[in-house]
Amino acid sequence: MHMADALLSPAVGATMWLASGAALAFSARRLREQADDRLVPLMGVLGAFVFAAQMINFAIPATGSSGHLGGGLLLAILLGPHAALVVIASVLAVQALFFADGGLLALGANIFNLGVLPCWVAYPLLYRPIAGDGTSPRRVALGSIVAAIVGLQLGALGVVLQTVGSGITSLPFAAFAALMLPIHLAIGLVEGLATMAIVLFVGRARPDLLARRRGAPPSRATLKPLLAALGVAAIVTGGALSWFASSQPDGLEWSIERAAGSAELAAPETGVHGMLARLQEAVSFLPDYSLPKAAQAAESKAGEKPAWPEVSAGTSLAGVVGGAVTLALVWLLALLLKRRR
Amino acid sequence: MSRIDAALRDLRSLDALAARDTPLARLDARAKVVTTLAFIVVVVSFDRYAVAALLPLAAYPVALAVLGDVPPAPLARKLLLAAPFAVLVGIFNPLLDRAPMLAFGETTVAAGWVSFASILVRFALTVGAALVLVAGTGMHTLCAALARLGVPQVLTAQLLFLYRYAFVLGAEAARMATARELRSGGRALALSAYGPLAGHLLLRAFERAQRIHLAMVARGFDGQWRTLRTLRWSSRDTAFVLGWSLFFALARAVDLPQALGRLLLLAGP
Repeated sequence: MHMADALLSPAVGATMWLASGAALAFSARRLREQADDRLVPLMGVLGAFVFAAQMINFAIPATGSSGHLGGGLLLAILLGPHAALVVIASVLAVQALFFADGGLLALGANIFNLGVLPCWVAYPLLYRPIAGDGTSPRRVALGSIVAAIVGLQLGALGVVLQTVGSGITSLPFAAFAALMLPIHLAIGLVEGLATMAIVLFVGRARPDLLARRRGAPPSRATLKPLLAALGVAAIVTGGALSWFASSQPDGLEWSIERAAGSAELAAPETGVHGMLARLQEAVSFLPDYSLPKAAQAAESKAGEKPAWPEVSAGTSLAGVVGGAVTLALVWLLALLLKRRR
Repeated sequence: MSRIDAALRDLRSLDALAARDTPLARLDARAKVVTTLAFIVVVVSFDRYAVAALLPLAAYPVALAVLGDVPPAPLARKLLLAAPFAVLVGIFNPLLDRAPMLAFGETTVAAGWVSFASILVRFALTVGAALVLVAGTGMHTLCAALARLGVPQVLTAQLLFLYRYAFVLGAEAARMATARELRSGGRALALSAYGPLAGHLLLRAFERAQRIHLAMVARGFDGQWRTLRTLRWSSRDTAFVLGWSLFFALARAVDLPQALGRLLLLAGP
């Protein structure tokens, strides 16, 4: 689900742009270092593929409805996380610019929710450890589905935290999470099935295309157990967060604090490698940022309430009359500009 | 016409608008990008209960749409198609936030309705401004402006590539979908058939990328992008940025409709 400008505060929007911008800059630098000029057209065309594939609907087994591919996880499997993040960002940008999906300020949040989380969290922490070397269809299928579901759950949680942190809506965290997470469980399952179907097909038809990703640098292979541990930590964190959310409707800060605490507990075992440190940053980023944000939003809300006592008829009427006249003036401006042309 | 064809035509329509020579298209794309971003930040920075105070800002997308001769009907259609998420999330405000906020004689309006209206106005303003920006600039000029504004070339090149080949692969996907539909007797696409269908599209995409790469190398591509500098900043662009920024600042600092309304009510009976 795309985050929208209308639900964002400038602070949250800017924070998410900073995070996504930093992630994109890092990925762009890694791609430049690889200096593989075959990647340039491949990334562009695969972005176009995701765009086209999003329009092909398939029947969801055992239901009457249909679904389609999102593409973040598939791109990570085909291109690796860095190229995939750049491609997904471009797909989201075109959707924002041409189809009004989200908006330009919300693009930062959307790149984070639908790009950084699947490419930098779900793919390395879940898909790779589960799918292994990609030769076992069963493991590939399981990896695709698990990584897609967890990736979309994290993304949905991102939307919830960004919305609640912005404070434009009155939706409490627990209610919104209870609404979004189950919906995205279904969307994640569809995404996982679609990804699985395509990866399994490519694995049969052109195993060499997938094998290219399998030849990862040796340093990464030795990190697998740590990555798996981090993956479990991420699942536990996510699970704990949603559990607290449902059982403690009013304990928003408390539950996030708990979750943030457990995310930090996982950190010391892993602070060895630069890559891992960044991954872990991505994992603990949400709790870290949402805690002060949510608390601040709650405070400002509490502080604002008494500041809104003036339910005066004069102000209300002046607002409505002035608003109508303003719209008329804008209309007039449009007519004048049109006349001048 | 299939769903995919319709989506592609939709994608092309905004760019087609930008290809014409309008006063909006003649402005430097960087001026439009910077001003539109400032506009969006100003809009979202308003208080959550601001409705009337936001309305003067509508002057920006409206003026741009007129200057760019952008027809309002397709814009409105795109806005409506994209609205559900913001509306769905916002509609809970009236249920949750019931404190009275506005009073008209005996009747009062709950704060939740006010903030819901604010969300709708914010949505229309921010998304409308972004759509008008594209319709008055075009993808190529927009990417050139982004590159000149410091966006890494990996990203702008990726955007252009994606945009170029979305039509090619989209048309291919539409042909495959049509061929399948003609043979399937109206049955929905099963997951077992989806893998090979989308997979073949993917394999063709891989092969196409290979051919494109060879063609690029044959023309001397070495990983560097060289583009013609077509953007020219003139005093008109400076005036555009400064003028609108001043207006945004004024609209943000002073509740213009409220002041106007008070003035009119005082002047009235």
